[in-house]
Amino acid sequence: MDYKKYLNESIQSVSPSGIRKFFDIANEMDDVISLSIGEPDFQTPWHIRDEGIHSLIKGKTWYSPNRGFADLLKEVTRYYERRFNLTYSPTEQTLVTVGGSEAIDLAFRVLIQPGDEVIIPQPSFVCYEPLAVMAGGVPVIINTKNEDNFRLKADDLRAAITPKTKLLVLPFPNNPTGAIMERRDLEEIAKVVKEHELLVLSDEIYSELTYGGRNHVSIASIDGMYERTVVINGFSKSYAMTGWRLGYALGPAPIIEQMTKLHQYGIMSAPTTAQYAAIEALKHGDRDVKRMRDEYDMRRRLVVDGFNDMGLSCFEPLGAFYVFPCIKSTGLGSEEFCTRLIMEKHVAVVPGTAFGECGDGFVRVSYSYSLKHLKIALERIREFVKELKDENNG
Amino acid sequence: MNKLLQLLSTNSQFSTAELSAMLGEPEDYIKAQIKEYEMKGVIKGYQAVVDWEDIDDSHVEAMIELKVSPKRETGFDDMAQMCMAFDEVESVYLMAGVYDFLLIVKGESMQDIAMFVAKKLSTIDGVISTGTHFILRRYKDRGMNLFEPDKQADERSLIL
Repeated sequence: MDYKKYLNESIQSVSPSGIRKFFDIANEMDDVISLSIGEPDFQTPWHIRDEGIHSLIKGKTWYSPNRGFADLLKEVTRYYERRFNLTYSPTEQTLVTVGGSEAIDLAFRVLIQPGDEVIIPQPSFVCYEPLAVMAGGVPVIINTKNEDNFRLKADDLRAAITPKTKLLVLPFPNNPTGAIMERRDLEEIAKVVKEHELLVLSDEIYSELTYGGRNHVSIASIDGMYERTVVINGFSKSYAMTGWRLGYALGPAPIIEQMTKLHQYGIMSAPTTAQYAAIEALKHGDRDVKRMRDEYDMRRRLVVDGFNDMGLSCFEPLGAFYVFPCIKSTGLGSEEFCTRLIMEKHVAVVPGTAFGECGDGFVRVSYSYSLKHLKIALERIREFVKELKDENNG
Repeated sequence: MNKLLQLLSTNSQFSTAELSAMLGEPEDYIKAQIKEYEMKGVIKGYQAVVDWEDIDDSHVEAMIELKVSPKRETGFDDMAQMCMAFDEVESVYLMAGVYDFLLIVKGESMQDIAMFVAKKLSTIDGVISTGTHFILRRYKDRGMNLFEPDKQADERSLIL
């Protein structure tokens, strides 16, 4: 039976994620050291898990309200006020979702009309482009550059805008580059957004993971941007709660209202147990966030230093838990570098091309691993790079 | 908390170059800091955390509670020093609560430790009573999981 003619064409046109390939190879080998995983290595802090367990013991096993529990909505808005100086109404401007990803999908689907252009800076998380396509949009890619520390530049944004442009995706702190956008960068972007009356989807899932004393700034806090921005965030990265599947969206009431409707029909409500745990996370988790951030920061420094030392230049990433070293000096492309690295040294990293064509010449290295693990991996990569150099010279 | 000391207390085998990278301080500064901590006695020494159960059957440890009557002039210090003098005694802590001292004592067998307590500790002048608790198994020691250290396999999978 030919299922192709039954299946939706635009969904068939979307290709599966390219990160998987190397992970599958890695799974076949015995002593592979992986630096490819994009989630925290920490377990969810115990007091947070305990609240989830406690809710089960008390028999809290029903659906939550569509938007999420009132206590959680209140805590989310309190958190955004205290951390990022942004005030949202818990009853009208907040929606709890199944991870940040659902919120991104909802925002695309309620905002995009067929043919609308969605500007997506790359390298970036693999879901924006396919989700935009599946919502009927036309992705327009901006390549951010190493020499700009992979920040989005206002001129590049301006050049990408057409009369059909509706939405800008702002994925910072960035996966896979580790780039952040500081206030002055955002002010430049905001000018262009306002001039062209665009909307912004600000994916702030890594907002707690910024380093070097730089706190995350939300573009929604820039003058005139509050009414143009849908903020996406969640518990996965900041509280090491990936498996709980809990995120949220904050934004103008009319947009959140439509997203809530879609969420109501498609999902009904986010997981109840996870919401009880998340309330505890927001109330009493600040110390855990700091502890994990400090630990990531040390690993980050070690890994950046390691790559620069072995001759793979690596700009200093100030966010998330990835470094994005340039491997052009080896003479290999990203895919070949990664394939040979895993075959010859059994170390798995992800080719930059998985996050957009402009990622060629780079690899994504996750430092969401123990220091011990990172040291062994760096040593193996160092050997690999040295052997490549000898090969090129010989 | 002091980050350098925190790092060294989890793993004293980091090189000064690695410490320098992780903490963002010059290597010379790190070396000088460590030296200073050693001189001042902030860093008392470097030891391996050994899981003796793995290699040595004839090794027993016990926690011993001690109730004592403090001396008029020197309080608890004299008593502490008497206890510290024994090689069998690994650690001596003055405690708040129902007893005064907690001692960690090592021996080759339970019998060995029982004899040590009966003959050496309980006979010290000023000791009112003792309570011996043998350690049967160590699950976690100094922050390290001794229960299943190899079972910490990475269960994360790449989903995107």
